[in-house]
Amino acid sequence: MWKTVVRRFLIMIPQLFVLSLLIFIMAKNMPGDPFTGKITPETDPARIEELRELNGLNDPWYEQYARWVGNAFQGEFGNSYTYKVKVSTLIGERAMNTFWLSLLTAVMLYAIAVPLGVLAGRFHNSWFDRGVVLYSFISYAIPTFVLALILLYFFGYKLQWFPTTGSVDVREVPGSAGYYISKIYHMILPAFTSAVLGTVAIIQYLRTEVVDAKSMDYVRTARAKGVPANKVYSKHIFRNSLLPVAAFIGFTITGLLGGSIFIETIFAYPGMGQLFISSIASRDYSVITALVMLYGFLALLGSLLSDIIMSIVDPRIRIE
Amino acid sequence: MVKEKDNKKEQEIISAPPTGMQVVWREFIKDRVAMFSLIIMVLAISGVFIASLFFDPAEVMKVSLRSKYAPPSSLHWLGADIGGSDVFGQLIIGAKNSLLIAIAITLITGTVGIFIGLACGYFGGWIDNMFMRIIDFFITLPSLMIIIVFITIVPKYTVFTFILIVSLFGWTSIARLVRSKALSESRRDYVNASKTLGTNDFVIIFKEVMPNISSILIVEATLSFAGNIGIETGLTFLGFGLPPSTPSLGTLVAYANNPLVMSTYWWVWLPAALFILILMLSINYVGQALRRAADAKQRLG
Repeated sequence: MWKTVVRRFLIMIPQLFVLSLLIFIMAKNMPGDPFTGKITPETDPARIEELRELNGLNDPWYEQYARWVGNAFQGEFGNSYTYKVKVSTLIGERAMNTFWLSLLTAVMLYAIAVPLGVLAGRFHNSWFDRGVVLYSFISYAIPTFVLALILLYFFGYKLQWFPTTGSVDVREVPGSAGYYISKIYHMILPAFTSAVLGTVAIIQYLRTEVVDAKSMDYVRTARAKGVPANKVYSKHIFRNSLLPVAAFIGFTITGLLGGSIFIETIFAYPGMGQLFISSIASRDYSVITALVMLYGFLALLGSLLSDIIMSIVDPRIRIE
Repeated sequence: MVKEKDNKKEQEIISAPPTGMQVVWREFIKDRVAMFSLIIMVLAISGVFIASLFFDPAEVMKVSLRSKYAPPSSLHWLGADIGGSDVFGQLIIGAKNSLLIAIAITLITGTVGIFIGLACGYFGGWIDNMFMRIIDFFITLPSLMIIIVFITIVPKYTVFTFILIVSLFGWTSIARLVRSKALSESRRDYVNASKTLGTNDFVIIFKEVMPNISSILIVEATLSFAGNIGIETGLTFLGFGLPPSTPSLGTLVAYANNPLVMSTYWWVWLPAALFILILMLSINYVGQALRRAADAKQRLG
């Protein structure tokens, strides 16, 4: 068990190294340097050279890289060119928004997927099952931005059930109950959209798992000794199928991160994905670099988490 | 005598295993929805290419302020956009571009993925190890963000650079799948027999192993074609896809970023969004039917 976890950690180290190297090369190739905006055409070229020397931009690339990684570890990514604040402060504000949105999405995702998957497996080949299969096919095939736009159009603009932009009503006083209710109210539609898109894997997994479990010996034994059918499903089969589903949480995180760029842009929700797009538009390279690094790190962490939970739940994939 | 011969013939026909196309055909006959999707897919794709012959891009993109945001009428079937350009014409030209680019990306990622997958699966050893590490790494990358960054920092940005950048991140899933199939196929007796006879590795890979996994290749190509339409239109929607000179379905959908267009002038963006939806649903469904046909255990027909 521990061997698997340690080994999995060791694999992550070179991945992190290559990721940081890749992002460093990307950052070096982005136009501009830390002084963009400070230099005017009147600045003396000698002064520019002096500044470059002072900030170590003339050092060999590996020294620059080492310094960059050292700073990145301390959360030091320089200053944002557009917002004139530290990149870490800027991302910190947005990260909380994205975190709450992702949390609500994950709750909705499991709340939709688990009952649908279990019931579809239980009533295999019924009209309900066929409906679930159709639903999971559509949510698999539909692109994120198309679903988000259509939902926003109908529920936001036509029916006006939900707000169409922002993360909170500006009239609410921060800290009041109404403030938090307004926050959740703003998150419902974007969270629902990305939850629907993420359900396919869990529904399909649970459905086949329950269908397979029906013919298992332990289920037959339980039925034979007189356990009611409902209880067999809720206690025996459900528990057995649910643990592996918990392991999907890591992949869910990875998937949500990728989708957050579309979702946050379309719903104008001030999270990290929207910050990324607006930084690209304003060519705010220090913010871009930090965000790509953060997303890459979180994605690696997500797959690490999934693998560890998997190895706890399923002893077969452990390495001896 | 004659009757007996007939009988024999009949028996032969019945016992002959159905060949590739027959299996696929049976699957589509059995599954009405798949047949319906196939018809929709063929109609949509051929319709776009045929209709695009009747539209001159310069004529369509012509700005005429008098018909700014004109609602659908007999002159403009789907109305007009902010510049008064015909939306239906843009839809057709955009769809043609989107389809062509998705085809190009599918061809590139497919070829690279198949080559690498076959090499990994057949040779195994260090080649396999090396590529699998690379693929594992690619899969955990936040590829959407990195594609966007690449697109922003590339100096001379054209349609070809776009295709290349997207392809750079698209080959891994095909390579992984082909590898797993080629791996099990390469351990079969016929491959060993061929090796013993001294057949060249390349001949074994391309003339013996590849035809045996061709059904999977076709399925994957169909599904990744649908996926690539989604990626291209999605990136263009965000503003990091095709250059403005080449309209795509995503360009039309991107008008929805303006709340006024989204709520009031729905004819500008909604048809394009629905067209993407129809393409994705039908192509994916056809792909899944093909996948069932390729796997004897899942066939309906």
